[in-house]
Amino acid sequence: MSKTGMMHKKKKTSLKQKIVRAFIYLILILITITTILPLYYVVIAAFNPGNSLFTTKMFPDRLTTDHFHNLFVKKDYGLWYMNTLKIAFSSMVLTIILVVITSYVFSQFRFRGRKGGLMFMLIMTMFPGFMSMIAVYLMLLHVGLLDTHLGLIIVYAGGAIPGLTWLVKGYFDGIPRTIPEAAKIDGAGNGTIFFRIMLPMSFPIITFVSVSSFIGPWMDYIFARLVLRTPSKKTLAIGLFEMVTGRQNTEFTMFAAGAVLVALPITILYMSLQKYLIRGIAEGASKT
Amino acid sequence: MKSHSKIACLLSILFMGLGQLYNKQIIKGVIFAAVEVIFIVFFLPFIRYGMWGLYTLGEKPQAFVNGKVVQGDHSIFLMIYGIISLALIFIFAVLYYLNCRDAYRVGRLRDEGGKPNNFIKSLKVMWEQGFPYIMLSPAAFFTLFLTVVPLLFGVLVAFTNYSSPNHIPPRTLVDWVGFQTFIDLFTLAAYKDTFLGVFSWTVTWAVLSTVTTFFSGLVFAVIIESNGIKLKKFWRTIFILPWAVPGYISILVFRNIFNAQFGPLNQWLKAIGINGIQWLGDPTWAKVVCLAVNLWLGFPYFLALMSGVLTGISKDLYEAAEVEGASKLQQFFKITFPMVMFATAPLLIMSFANNFNNFNLIYFLNSGNPVNTKYKYAGDTDILLSWIYKLTLDQNQFNKACAVSIIIFIIIATISAFNFTRTRSFKEEDMIQ
Repeated sequence: MSKTGMMHKKKKTSLKQKIVRAFIYLILILITITTILPLYYVVIAAFNPGNSLFTTKMFPDRLTTDHFHNLFVKKDYGLWYMNTLKIAFSSMVLTIILVVITSYVFSQFRFRGRKGGLMFMLIMTMFPGFMSMIAVYLMLLHVGLLDTHLGLIIVYAGGAIPGLTWLVKGYFDGIPRTIPEAAKIDGAGNGTIFFRIMLPMSFPIITFVSVSSFIGPWMDYIFARLVLRTPSKKTLAIGLFEMVTGRQNTEFTMFAAGAVLVALPITILYMSLQKYLIRGIAEGASKT
Repeated sequence: MKSHSKIACLLSILFMGLGQLYNKQIIKGVIFAAVEVIFIVFFLPFIRYGMWGLYTLGEKPQAFVNGKVVQGDHSIFLMIYGIISLALIFIFAVLYYLNCRDAYRVGRLRDEGGKPNNFIKSLKVMWEQGFPYIMLSPAAFFTLFLTVVPLLFGVLVAFTNYSSPNHIPPRTLVDWVGFQTFIDLFTLAAYKDTFLGVFSWTVTWAVLSTVTTFFSGLVFAVIIESNGIKLKKFWRTIFILPWAVPGYISILVFRNIFNAQFGPLNQWLKAIGINGIQWLGDPTWAKVVCLAVNLWLGFPYFLALMSGVLTGISKDLYEAAEVEGASKLQQFFKITFPMVMFATAPLLIMSFANNFNNFNLIYFLNSGNPVNTKYKYAGDTDILLSWIYKLTLDQNQFNKACAVSIIIFIIIATISAFNFTRTRSFKEEDMIQ
């Protein structure tokens, strides 16, 4: 094709392209509305004067912060928040330690039983978690950890090991072997290589593991429901779920206020760590 | 020539640590011997009780004597003890094997004229050679007691009659019944219909929810990343929002938005003259709503993922294609799509598996409702996993729940095995040396 021919072709498609582009923008705007609307709805509900779902308006005449106030006065919202924060943070720390060490060993060392161990963990992740529910309950009962936050923390951390190990191992595999080998030649021990070289290099995946192992417990309902009995030990998920699944939906606006307070920090965290989290997912995708 | 290796090994088989003592490794020998003594004194009675319990599941039911309750055997506790006993036996067997191997090796060293290490040096060697195992032991411990033992328990329960109303400890005993639970599941009309109905919806749901999220993610990633689209960052930020908001919050909000009686959606429809729709009350609508909400929640994840993959594709490829005269559509199908699929295929299948077990969405959105009267303890939008949840927590049909869990495992395992044997990274697993 001659150069003038190409130029000509470009000009011809430009009108068509303009229409296509307008159409694309229209779709993008529509999707934006669908994305924002439910989020707007819950935020505005939190500031709505009424109590129930039915009286919640998209554009209320006036706004109120009563529901936020009531959360702390009529419900133990502050307590739930602290409980959840404590549980999520502790299990995150425990998970990171266990997962990073385990996956590092599986990635960087060759030892007998390595493949078997990896396979075994993979198989573990394929069982539905509920299957272990009854037994976990009974075991916590026996060691006296039922209805304690510690019991819940251990359950979360233990359950996260097999799946996350595969992900992080994949990331470690991607670090060129020559780097730790060179360090070894220079006289670095296992510890130095791990803390000074491999750990800083795997910052994105560790961010990813931290966030996902924090969010898991933060949002979990099932195991929290199973392990915790005392109302004062309740977590946010249980408290919020109870507010809106009752028959009347008369606490919807209070739920909305609670939901906003839960979601806001997480959303900000996710948005600000986006780069790492998405890279974590992508790494996992190509390496798992 | 004396064979120290054989003698030491035999002695260690006889009693842990004897071989080490024979090899003049006193401290090591004493430690090994102490392990066996501790095992025999503290663990053996428990293990014996546990094994008996696992075999019989208890023999004495709860009884009333003179109006007082006399506790019998608790079948389910016994089963747990039995499984923990098995785990303990396994740990002990490994230690025993290590003890014999160590005695044999040190003996051989002596046969060859070497001198056995002293204790400090042994520790050093153990730290170096056993480093991977030592580092793995905490995770192994956690996994053993929080994943392996509970799962083993779950598998075993499927082969018992542990269910309400007749076999609930401590009131009554539980017995081994072999494959009876599975046979019931496929022959009792009520259970058979429920299983088949719920199963087919689970598969439909998993396929549709994966396909919709995956492809809308891909399409929008391509659109946003394509040349000439302005405000790329703005669109990306907005579209990623549903991913950043905690899932259960969004799902609970949708549960209320779709509320037929009080929800805003039906209020708006009424305002424009359309009669309210039973979004979550009508089986078909409820299924549609499940898929729609899942799309809302799930597509940002793929969008973000694909955007990353897309920016990773070399621009040269497209330039070359352009020079060769390939159209945008051709470029998409010949470059973008294969590249994206290559990078995300394992994730696609993983996502299928996740959706197959997407309990949170189904349960929080509509609790599996509307109730289907033809089903046994299940609703129209119930997937296998939420059915299991109801069977376990609401109905105490533990054996059925575990049997269904095993079936889910077989399905997921088959899919994953298929996935993993075909994944590049798995094939290359040991090639990255």
